[in-house]
Amino acid sequence: MRRKGFENAVELVILASAMTAIAGLFLIFIFIGKEALPVFFSPEIRDEAGLSKLFLAQAGPHPFSWQPVSLVPKYSVLTLFAGTLKATLVAIIFAAPLALGAALFTAEFAPDWLKEIIKPVIEILAGIPSIVLGFFALMVMATFVQDAFGTLYRLNALVAGIALGIAVIPVIYTVAEDALSGVPYSYKEASIALGATRWQTASRIVFPAALPGILAACILGFGRCIGETMIVLMASGNAPLMTWILDSPIRTVSATVAAELGEVVVGSGHYHVLFFLGTLLFVFTFAINLFAHWFVKRLQKKILGIT
Amino acid sequence: MKNKTSALRSYLAAARIGAVVFGLSSFSGAYAAGNTVTVKGSDTMVILGQRWAEDYMKKFKGIVIQVTGGGSGTGIAALTNGLTDIAQSSRPMKEKEKSVILEKRKKHVEEIPVAVDGIAVYVHQSNPIEKLDISQLKAVYTGRVKKWSALADFKEPLIIYGRENNSGTYAYFKEHVLGNEDFAPEALSLPGTAAVINAVSKDKKAIGYGGIAYAHGVKVIKVASDAKSQAYAPSLENVMSGKYPISRSLFFYTAGKSDGEVKKFIAWILGKEGQKVCGEVGYYPLPVLRSKARK
Repeated sequence: MRRKGFENAVELVILASAMTAIAGLFLIFIFIGKEALPVFFSPEIRDEAGLSKLFLAQAGPHPFSWQPVSLVPKYSVLTLFAGTLKATLVAIIFAAPLALGAALFTAEFAPDWLKEIIKPVIEILAGIPSIVLGFFALMVMATFVQDAFGTLYRLNALVAGIALGIAVIPVIYTVAEDALSGVPYSYKEASIALGATRWQTASRIVFPAALPGILAACILGFGRCIGETMIVLMASGNAPLMTWILDSPIRTVSATVAAELGEVVVGSGHYHVLFFLGTLLFVFTFAINLFAHWFVKRLQKKILGIT
Repeated sequence: MKNKTSALRSYLAAARIGAVVFGLSSFSGAYAAGNTVTVKGSDTMVILGQRWAEDYMKKFKGIVIQVTGGGSGTGIAALTNGLTDIAQSSRPMKEKEKSVILEKRKKHVEEIPVAVDGIAVYVHQSNPIEKLDISQLKAVYTGRVKKWSALADFKEPLIIYGRENNSGTYAYFKEHVLGNEDFAPEALSLPGTAAVINAVSKDKKAIGYGGIAYAHGVKVIKVASDAKSQAYAPSLENVMSGKYPISRSLFFYTAGKSDGEVKKFIAWILGKEGQKVCGEVGYYPLPVLRSKARK
């Protein structure tokens, strides 16, 4: 009887700790979202920073301009999202081939002793604080990229994107490696028995079988990039430009919130727009993570044969 | 090396902003425990504040002065919310901010000028340009001039560096040099003066602005108030005499009249020893005449 009571108490404690995480998530969303609401509902704020001002082209020489500290403040949210997207795409294009190649190698080709080295080393990369990566990008990589590609700007989307890419390699690698290792051994045995080489087995059997997991890895990496702050704050140049040019400086959503929220007058239009940006960022990363998890779940079911 | 550490420090300050954003810096809430004085604000003034704190703590044992950066606005926000005793600011406080403090804390803000700063304009060391006037600076920073060849015998495009818009230096430059026009969208904004210096020292095409105290490894150019006037370097005598056109006061703000340890600390700063420190870290002491006139 007493034992049962103890069991129940422990269960309750564990349940409570699980619930705090969920409650925390909800509270964060509610508090950030609440501060963003005036962008929709307060007539005064809407006048200064309504949705049309945030998303549509404005009159003047710079239709998509982010100048929150100005006689006529300009809040083109679109410019910031374009910046985030540009850095993120560069990062994924840079990181995905490297991370997936490494994952395929460790899962299919590497001898055990080498696997024991490669896996932990890549996972240690995940532990590097992003400020250190940002500092490295600013001091070393920016110069290198400028010398190598002759870019006009020393700090630009390319530099920030590559640094971001380094930060997400472990994310993509870990998930992709799990997906590749999770492919049932019988697939490989069958393939080899039919006379396929190891490369043919890896590239035509294992890789396609793990594809949903690999896509999920890339999506998770994408989500991580969108929210990453320090690296872009330091290496992207933070100039609010919206162009198709790859090596122009950019200003990202996360860096803008980090740089400006400390200063902003509480309750002003600028303040609410920053919270609106935070809410959008939250919703995006949340949706992307949810989607990736759903993908992984589906993959697992498929491979284990549960429908 | 010195340059690098100060650059790192400014990134740490930026990291702290990030931490505040995500509510991680609960430790910064502790303040004013009897003999602790907290000072928070302007990144430009962090070196100065820290030197004052070090010297003061050496002299008066048992007193702890905590100095942190984050930007003038960050310091003012902390003062508004009662999280710091003194806000350091490199720009005068706005009326709106004063009224918010009055409303929230029921106290009038005290403004105390503590030092003078010249805002220097820096270029890369290989750049031959010697001087610019305010209207040329304005043309550069609003994006009307995009090539160095329009200003000097230097065949490079022009890349403009500046500060983030939470910086007092940004606000000052915008008001006094750009006449409140907007910065060009292609102006790169960096977190901290040290970062601007670092970027300019590595970029041949660059121009940047910031506190004079940080200027190492870059070329500081002379500035004239208009095309007809003589250009002056931001030296001690030129800034003190007002010949150098872009200089400003640096401020301490307290909510209500300061008392106790805060009052003693401020009095020491305004005294001979405190003012001597200004010169040692690359700022300028308050002009004697002006501080007398204020009393």
